[in-house]
Amino acid sequence: MTTFPFSAIVGQDEMRRALLIAAVDPSVGGVLVFGDRGTGKSTAIRGLAALLPKMKAVAGCPYSCDPGQPAESCPHCAKGGPRKSGLVPVPVVDLPLGATEDRVVGALDLERALAHGEKAFEPGLLARANRGFLYIDEVNLLDDHLVDLLLDVAASGVNTVEREGLSVRHPARFVLVGSGNPEEGELRPQLLDRFGLAVEVTTPTDLPTRIDVVRRRDAFERDPDGFCRGYERADRALQKQLTAARARLPGMDVPDATLEAAARLCLALGTDGLRGELTLMRTARALAAFEGADIVAIDHLKRIAPSALRHRLRRNPLDEAGSTARVTRAVEQVFSQ
Amino acid sequence: MPPAMSDPWSDALRVAHLAAADPHGCGGILVRAGAGPVRDAWLAVLRGLIGEDTPVRRMPAGIADDRLIGGLDLAATLRTGRPVAQRGLLAETDGGFLVVPMAERLPPGTAARLAAALDSGVVLVERDGLQQRLPARFGLILLDEGIDDEAAPAVLAERLAFRVDLTDVALRDAKNAASAERRGRCVEPHHVGMDDDSVAALCEAAAALGVLSLRGPLLAARVARIAAALDGRNAVAEADAIEAARLVLAPRATRIPASDAPPEQPTDLDETGTEPESPAEAAAPESSPDAEEGGPPSLDEQVIAAARAAIPPGLLALLSGGGPRLRAPKAGRVGASAAASRSGRPIGARPGDPRHGRLNLIETLRAAAPWQRIRGAAPGRVIVRPEDVRITRFRQRTETTTIFAVDASGSAALERLAEAKGAVELLLAEAYTRRDRVALVAFRGQGADVILPPTRSLVRAKRGLAALPGGGGTPLAGGIEAATNLALGVRRGGGTPVVVLLTDGRANVARSGEGGRARALEDALGAARAFRALGVRAILIDTAPRPQEPARRLAAAMEARYLALPHADSGAMSAAVRAVIDRGPA
Repeated sequence: MTTFPFSAIVGQDEMRRALLIAAVDPSVGGVLVFGDRGTGKSTAIRGLAALLPKMKAVAGCPYSCDPGQPAESCPHCAKGGPRKSGLVPVPVVDLPLGATEDRVVGALDLERALAHGEKAFEPGLLARANRGFLYIDEVNLLDDHLVDLLLDVAASGVNTVEREGLSVRHPARFVLVGSGNPEEGELRPQLLDRFGLAVEVTTPTDLPTRIDVVRRRDAFERDPDGFCRGYERADRALQKQLTAARARLPGMDVPDATLEAAARLCLALGTDGLRGELTLMRTARALAAFEGADIVAIDHLKRIAPSALRHRLRRNPLDEAGSTARVTRAVEQVFSQ
Repeated sequence: MPPAMSDPWSDALRVAHLAAADPHGCGGILVRAGAGPVRDAWLAVLRGLIGEDTPVRRMPAGIADDRLIGGLDLAATLRTGRPVAQRGLLAETDGGFLVVPMAERLPPGTAARLAAALDSGVVLVERDGLQQRLPARFGLILLDEGIDDEAAPAVLAERLAFRVDLTDVALRDAKNAASAERRGRCVEPHHVGMDDDSVAALCEAAAALGVLSLRGPLLAARVARIAAALDGRNAVAEADAIEAARLVLAPRATRIPASDAPPEQPTDLDETGTEPESPAEAAAPESSPDAEEGGPPSLDEQVIAAARAAIPPGLLALLSGGGPRLRAPKAGRVGASAAASRSGRPIGARPGDPRHGRLNLIETLRAAAPWQRIRGAAPGRVIVRPEDVRITRFRQRTETTTIFAVDASGSAALERLAEAKGAVELLLAEAYTRRDRVALVAFRGQGADVILPPTRSLVRAKRGLAALPGGGGTPLAGGIEAATNLALGVRRGGGTPVVVLLTDGRANVARSGEGGRARALEDALGAARAFRALGVRAILIDTAPRPQEPARRLAAAMEARYLALPHADSGAMSAAVRAVIDRGPA
């Protein structure tokens, strides 16, 4: 199935930027996309999957370990010895709402058990998502017992399976991407905290943009391949920019002034713990790397602050202004001094 | 030119033709009608329009994931001794229509699963050790029998191109046209070309009608192409765009476009700044827009005019009456149905005796599987021992639902309604941090309304509260009864209800809807006693400027805790409510 090209998405800059930042630095910890229906949330994520540069992985490893540094907890690569490797697409794994626990965490391989009497582990979705993305549409409707499983794995990067006499630990480090509509229900605060960035999407209201969206979508449906060819070059440029940003990331300089500004901003907003500050720094750094800057400037901080912090405020449910406005206000106050 | 004023039945037939030509492309049809011969006749027409071999499947209410999405075929697995997959309903309906009866009762989880399949055209099976990706390019027929504010889940309704209302169609009309004949499409809809003007016209019409979601114009564009394809043309003509606007956009309208040519600057879509004209003026069918003077109308004007003419009459009353906010775009009873599905959510399996729980065959099999060789099972046979048996665990979480019953009558409204709203907001905040669910009942005038069914969405709760109108008599008995019914529903769903009643206790509308203070108070006390029989915890907040005797008596009759608002600052009030909630099961 052809996917709608990422670079053909009209508007929704905040969402696109957040997804690209997560692709530059997976350690920022996931993206939550909340907002109106029909704003192309799923489209953007599938578009990103097609855009990501391929990665090197150990051949035959069910967790697609990096041949350079296989995960310690990988049962497949722990044996050592020479390993073959190849280029594979970055996994973007869907976790459908109807998934059962055994498929999410992995379970006894029923076929081999029944046919050959062998006790073998069949890796689940978390294994497949290692080093890639795990996407949950309507994340706020996910059953609580699945959320509990995710919370632990997303925090530790390791999936521990103890069931049916199996005892397996394997790497499961992934970028969690969730989307949903707040009208269907709120998200558990613990899960909210696992997302590095939270973006709000709204339906565009100005007519030219709306016409543009419908026109492109219509053109895509009529001739998907032809439409994609038109955006091939733009997608490739974006891909190059991603690769360059990843290479630049480790050497990025974060001046003290920026660090201090981040601390002041988090203080002004009263975000809980150090998590907010850390995410703010990391995302600002990834943004700077993506834009080809040499240092992480205050400006990067300012622009990414709403996405990095809006879901970390102590919630005041009666504040009509909403958390976005509060972050913007704090940014203005802190940086005007 | 669009037909001047088409009747609902012929529209419904036309919709059936268009949808049958591309079930998945148009998403499907929301059919608002009671169960009955008219609906059956329409479904029969639709059935006749699609091929014999095209599947049309009905989805039973309360379907579980193993049948909807698929999973392990237990009988075959046991027979053959190796895992055999069974396709679910979604995959079985590929290429055809999935009929969903009682769509207004659809639990949000099921709706989300259907929506995911509609979007992608595939169903992802990640269940029972199976992993499959099966085509599921179906269209949905949502049969919506909702009464009043009940409606099919918005998450689905928004993905379907068509809405058909058969409530007012007479059986006589329905019979006349039952002989619709099947027409093959000569052109594939996605080969049909569409010029930029038509796309722009549809977008403008959507803007003029206040259709915010972009799925509206997107689906309209698809329908325009289907219409052209059905006609054997490979380009969208004006008439196709006009028809698409009439059938797809008009039923989604949230406001009435100005009757003049398109607005000067069709910019923002927000809800302010629209001036719905008088219903009579707008409802007047215009067979042709102002075409006589000043040359032929532009396509935009024609499209908007066609859509305006097709706006359902009920909408006009809603928009111009300043009455209740239009609630159609929101999922009607999401909260309530969520509660129903919650009572038996399986959350895994544990070893146990199937006489004390439901046997989980798949997990039992999984437990038995590793030992088959040791137990010496013959090929194709599975030996299950008692220690393998697994039973399903269900979640037994009891969840508190705080039901606010707010007196919005004239006596309360004038001075106290704002304060009562403020009080409810505070309590809402409290409920939110506790992750309780909240529900809102308001009573005024002739009776009580459930403004907000139990929900955990603060967004919806606040919106419901803000839109709460005030004025009219005080049907206290009706209010207490509505809260009682809601509490019963919550309890049936396995939750724990708590009722917070905000009133000044001055009842003046009896249960029958008639005025009269004495009678009304008597009824209210009767309702209060019936409430007490339930044993639901409650608190009564007296909103009168000076604490009143009637409210106190009412609290006593309900066995509710009494609290006078004038003395209750926010802190005291939320502490009192918390004390009632925390008191443990009554």
